[in-house]
Amino acid sequence: MNPVYIAGAGMTKFGRSEWSLMKLASVASLAALRHASLGEIPVDSVVVANMGAARINHQTALGSALVDQLALYPAMAEAVENGPASGASAFKVGCQAVASGMADVVLVTGVERMRVVNGLEGTDFVASLSQPEVEYIYGVTLPSLAGMFARLFMERFGVERKHLAMIAIKNHENAMENPYAHIQQTVTMEGILTAPEAVVNNPPIAKPLHLFDCCPVSDGAASLVLVSEGIAAKLGGAAVRVAGIGQATDTHAVQEREDPTDLKAVRIASERAFSMAGATAGDVDVAELHDAFTILEIAESEAAGFFDRGTAHEAIERGETRLDGSLPINPSGGLKAKGHPVGATGVAQLVELVWQLRGEAGGRQVKGAKIAYACNFGGFGNNVVATVLRREET
Amino acid sequence: MAYISELEVSLRPPAMNLPPYPPKVITLASGEQMVVRQVERDEIPTLLEAIYPLLRVERDFYDIVAARLFGELLAYKRYRVKDEYVLAGLIDGVLAGMVNGRLVDWKTGMSYHTLTIRRGLRVGSHLFAAKMEYHIEHCGQEEVLIVAESPIGFRRWMIEYPLEKRSEVQHELGGVPSWVLLKQTYYNAKPRLVSGRRPVPEDLLRGAATIRLPEEDGVIRQVAGEKEAEE
Repeated sequence: MNPVYIAGAGMTKFGRSEWSLMKLASVASLAALRHASLGEIPVDSVVVANMGAARINHQTALGSALVDQLALYPAMAEAVENGPASGASAFKVGCQAVASGMADVVLVTGVERMRVVNGLEGTDFVASLSQPEVEYIYGVTLPSLAGMFARLFMERFGVERKHLAMIAIKNHENAMENPYAHIQQTVTMEGILTAPEAVVNNPPIAKPLHLFDCCPVSDGAASLVLVSEGIAAKLGGAAVRVAGIGQATDTHAVQEREDPTDLKAVRIASERAFSMAGATAGDVDVAELHDAFTILEIAESEAAGFFDRGTAHEAIERGETRLDGSLPINPSGGLKAKGHPVGATGVAQLVELVWQLRGEAGGRQVKGAKIAYACNFGGFGNNVVATVLRREET
Repeated sequence: MAYISELEVSLRPPAMNLPPYPPKVITLASGEQMVVRQVERDEIPTLLEAIYPLLRVERDFYDIVAARLFGELLAYKRYRVKDEYVLAGLIDGVLAGMVNGRLVDWKTGMSYHTLTIRRGLRVGSHLFAAKMEYHIEHCGQEEVLIVAESPIGFRRWMIEYPLEKRSEVQHELGGVPSWVLLKQTYYNAKPRLVSGRRPVPEDLLRGAATIRLPEEDGVIRQVAGEKEAEE
């Protein structure tokens, strides 16, 4: 396999947008292309990640649409749909094109415009990723799956609501330094857990998960420019190499898993990504995890190998995952505060890590970051893509 | 006392002697302290100034809420509405939101509007709850007639409390079939929706004595969302 480098990264601000789906995708793409400074070097292929445009925006064939918007003809183009892991899946497809020698420059853009529908429709649209015959048909939603998962996980490992609140507080704090974040508002332990008013401020959504344990529904787009070694050498500057990608699947229905608290697909995808990168979890300097619900940051950080099973909440108490801790997790604010436009999320995680590795993350910069890890969690853990990026000295 | 002409007296609706709303303080999710207190008639121009820029914000029906609220507050200031009251939420003296309503009679209240300036902290929920608290607990009413003009309002009032339909009654806000909060519904919802502490500490009360307005740009950003993306 040929080495793959990331030459450019860009995104729109996440939140509630009045822009069309294609405008979101175009703005993020142009930002990434500018960041890459390709000059006259052509884009060979475009891969667009998206989950719901066909259903909620009435638009399909997004790869060709983006090529047309940006006048990138005759580039190859396709769209990738893999639920909330669409972003990292599209990234994987782009990397395969470069690694195989089929393309020298690939634009990977994730985009989602979800706020065009109301909350009930949005929740139903996301729930359509669940198992249709034993989950969806009975009214399962992602918050309800996460609620059941959280209850089991908390009972088994002694995780308390205060630990979930610590994650929300940390990620909201990180997002204050991220101009692209959907939510830029700090929250406090008193305000969301201990004050008498917290019962109103932070109502239950799917017990034991409360409002501030859940990510917002966002619009937004994120984009990366992948290049071959030859192009990377021509461009010069800071080089971020795709060191490893791992993907793994698990049963569609959560109830069919031997141990529903074991995020097996995260574990296997991470092992594969680290193995390909020739690295270990202990080598990682900064990580972006898929904290659609606060409990997932805890569970994924254990499954990825950063902490022993059942101990991540203790590390959180010690502040190890804060920006100034030994392993900063979700410096972008995570899905929790940066936002979660589902198809864009996996790409946006990598955009943040590219900025971190290039030392371009501003007030949320993790000093000296060299190896970064991302976990894009599809379905309810039934399709996971893990990625390891490495900064190469030039 | 200022002289009021006979004609002016005949133009004003008869007034009941409304009880005062005792101020309370609420800790928000951000940890900030929001004082909820009654707004006096001579403070109305300040609120009008805050509402004015929102008349053109279509998002979440702020335009219609702002337009109607502007008229309701003006009517209160100029004595052209019967038994209206206004409550405001203030964080460090800065206006975070406001609610208003009126008493139809001693049994029935009429909720008018809830307008949130500081979004994302459930300020509107807290203020709406304070309004219901005023009707039921302080005015001793049996019921409050309510409609929603936005899907957010519908979720917050009709679904969260939950309210009952009173379809045969046309609400004053556009003749929309009304919903009603009954005293019992209020007390059922109170533990999860009504909060706040009294008495308010002196320093917080002093800080909330004068209403200050957030910067207009800030208000529009809060209400209508950030200007789009950094390209």
